[in-house]
Formats: sequence, structure tokens, C-alpha cells
Amino acid sequence: MHQLLNHYLIQISMAKKCEMKLLGSVGSPFVTRVKFALKLKSIDYEYVQEDLANKSELLLTSNPGLQKVPVLFHANEQPMSESLIIIEYLDEILPAVHPILPSNPSDRAQSRFLAYYIDTLYCPWMKEFMLTRESERKEELKRLIIEGSMMLEEAFVKLSKGKAFFGGNEIGFLDVVVGCFLGWIKFFGIIFGFNVIDETRNPRLAQWGKSMWSHEATRSVIPSDEIHMNFFKMLLGFLPPMPDMSIPA
Amino acid sequence: MADEVKLYGFRGSPYGCRVEIALNLKGIEYEFIQEDLSDKSADLIKYNPVHKKIPVLMHNGKPISESLVVVEYIDDVWKGVPILPRDAHEKARARFWAKFIDDKCIPAVFKALGSHGQEQAVAEAQEQLQFLENELKGNKFFGGDNINLVDISATYLAYWLGGAEEAIGIKVLTKDKFPKLTEWCENFVNCQTVKDTLIPREILVAFYKKRFGKA
Repeated sequence: MHQLLNHYLIQISMAKKCEMKLLGSVGSPFVTRVKFALKLKSIDYEYVQEDLANKSELLLTSNPGLQKVPVLFHANEQPMSESLIIIEYLDEILPAVHPILPSNPSDRAQSRFLAYYIDTLYCPWMKEFMLTRESERKEELKRLIIEGSMMLEEAFVKLSKGKAFFGGNEIGFLDVVVGCFLGWIKFFGIIFGFNVIDETRNPRLAQWGKSMWSHEATRSVIPSDEIHMNFFKMLLGFLPPMPDMSIPA
Repeated sequence: MADEVKLYGFRGSPYGCRVEIALNLKGIEYEFIQEDLSDKSADLIKYNPVHKKIPVLMHNGKPISESLVVVEYIDDVWKGVPILPRDAHEKARARFWAKFIDDKCIPAVFKALGSHGQEQAVAEAQEQLQFLENELKGNKFFGGDNINLVDISATYLAYWLGGAEEAIGIKVLTKDKFPKLTEWCENFVNCQTVKDTLIPREILVAFYKKRFGKA
């Protein structure tokens, strides 16, 4: 027991001296994910804001071919990118401080599978829904997102085993992976009147959302409503102008 | 209690192959269940309801899907030959390159093949392949002396790409531009754990000839 406590204390002190730097941009849920993990692990870090419209030398040289945030710099190691990979790395260097990945290999595999689904399908659907102007496509995306939420509801029931979070009693991997979108989910409700997580359709997930919002770590990393609005406007700014629909005289 | 391991796959799928290589590396005995992809079994749909795709690994009745998730699971559960590096940072790098292969490299290569060798598409594919050429750094494999997650992720490039190139009559992974990668392909397909998972080249080329309308 004494050894375990010692090990934990050494890891906490390592976390404080971690020489960690995070390159991020305002409003990116993937950057929020990494901030979330750093917070849970009690790791001190320097945050460097990137302007994605005007990429810095640091970003261009640290992330070959991809030029995306987040990028994590740790001491003299080569920079790391991809939020899911970064989270697993943080979990591995400080396993005794708030473990993030499930300990059971089968739950780990299931969590990674769902994380992959979120990043390759669910999140792109949400982004497209925000930006598409075609109403038919919007309806199709809404249907897909609702189906996705039902699937996540099922997964939550299975993985949470009756507790508040995907990770059980404590926030875990999927809580971070899905939780980074909570600000966007709230935004969807306000701006589009579309409840991605709906109390009737997804009661357990809705309850999970409430548990997440009441957690101090969540509130400290999810950006404000204003930031979401500005990010949305910025994304809209990248769209081509609407065709001129005016009727000629 | 002996482990019960089943793999739902399709002979000739590079993704199923990834899982078979991992199983072979660990020396795991498994039952291979061939799926008819035009008429998927009830079992496949039950075990991978989200994507309804192969490969699906069943381990003692528990299904796992997504080839790279399955490979990591195999490394987690069975000790023996390591598939991922032990060092946390090296592990992160291996995962990064595996993801790069899936997200950037293979889609660019598909585009080049689909366009039947259109100049711009080939140039873009070669740009991505160049990152891999550089990453080999004079090693036999991405994993150094032995294959690791990155090599396994690149299975398609080692064998399937050559078959498609021959069928269409184009070359994307050229020897002069990619000498290290070309040698890596040769070394990889000759690994004991890889050899037996590959379908005969004539069958692969015939399949691609049909697929790309060159039959």
C-alpha cells in the first residue's frame, strides 16, 4: 500500500514537471479533448494558440503533411499529433494518475472502436449538418446523427455498468472522446433546435451529459457559447458565397 | 480453458489480412469463416452492426471490429512477439504512421488507381508515399528488424498495390522514386507470418482487371 502511494506521488510530481506544450486553436473539439486529458492527469503545460488562417512555423514543421492541431510537445521527444493518440500517450506515461483507458482489453477495444466511429462518421456528419445548405442532405444527416446517438446510448449502457460515466465512477476515455463535443451539442440545440442527445430518445446519454457538465474538469475545458458561435461563423466564412437567387427584372 | 478464436473475413481482403498477420505473429490458432460480401451472414451483421464489415474477430464469444483496433487488441491480450513498441513515445509514433497510412496514403493511392494513372492523382499519391519512404530510414521494416503495427497497416501497399498496378498497366510505387519502400514490399511479403495469408498473384491481378475494366 505504501509502495502504491509512493508511486502515485512520484507520478504526480512528474506531472508537474512535465515540460509539456500544447499547440491548439480556439474552439477545436480535438484540442479540447487533449486539454481534458491533461487536466485529468494534473499535467501542467504551456498552451500556444495557433491561428489556422495563418499557420505558424512551429505548426508547419512539427506536423508533416497534416498541419493540424492539436500538436503535443513533450520535453525532447518528437512532436505528437492526433488527439486520440495523444490521449493514449498521456495515459501511458502517467498510468497511476486518473487512468483514462479502461483496464480490460475487451472494453479498451470497444472504446477505441467507438472513438474511431465518432471521428470518422459521427463528427463529420455533425460538421456537414452545420454547413450544408441542401435541405434534403440536412434531413439525411439528421437521421444518421440520431441513429448514431442511439448506438452511443446502447454503448453507454453497456460500458458504464450502471455508473455515471463511460469510464464508470470516474471520467474515462469515451467520456473525453465524446465529451469534447458537449459544447457543440449544446450549440446545435440552441442554433438549429436539434437535440443530438435527446432526453426521450437517449435518456441515459442525456443523464451522462448532465453528469459531465457538473464535473469541474469538463467546465474548465469546454469553450464558451461565444467561442462556438465565432468558430461556426469562421467555418461559414470558408463556404462559397450563395448563388444570386434574385429574379432578373 | 482454451481460447476460442474465430475470424470473419474475406480471402483477398487486405484488412482481413492485417488481422491474420497479427494472429500468426502471436501463434494463435483460429477458425477462419469466409464471408460472401454480396450476401453477408446474419452473424456478421450481428457482430458488427455499425459497419457490417469484415474483419470481425470473435474471442471467446466477444466480437471486435476495425482491423487496427483488432490488431491492438491481439497485442493487448496475447504476449509473445510484440506488435506495438513498448516505449510510450514509440508507440504513439507507430499509431500515428498506421493512421497516416489509412487516412492519407491509401485513399491517395486508391484515387491514383481509380483514375487509371492520371498525372495529378499519381503525383499526390507519390507525395504521401514519400513520407513512408523517409520513415523507413534504412531499416528493413518500419518496426526495425521485425515487423510491427506500421508494417501490418501497410499490407495493402506491399502486395495489393502491385497487383492493381499490373492490372491497370500503371506504376505508382516506382523503384527509382521509392527504392527503400520497394525493398520493404519484397521483405514484407516474404515474412513467414505474411506469406500464407496472401492470395495467389494471378487471382489478385484477374480481380483487379475486372474491377478496373481491363479484363
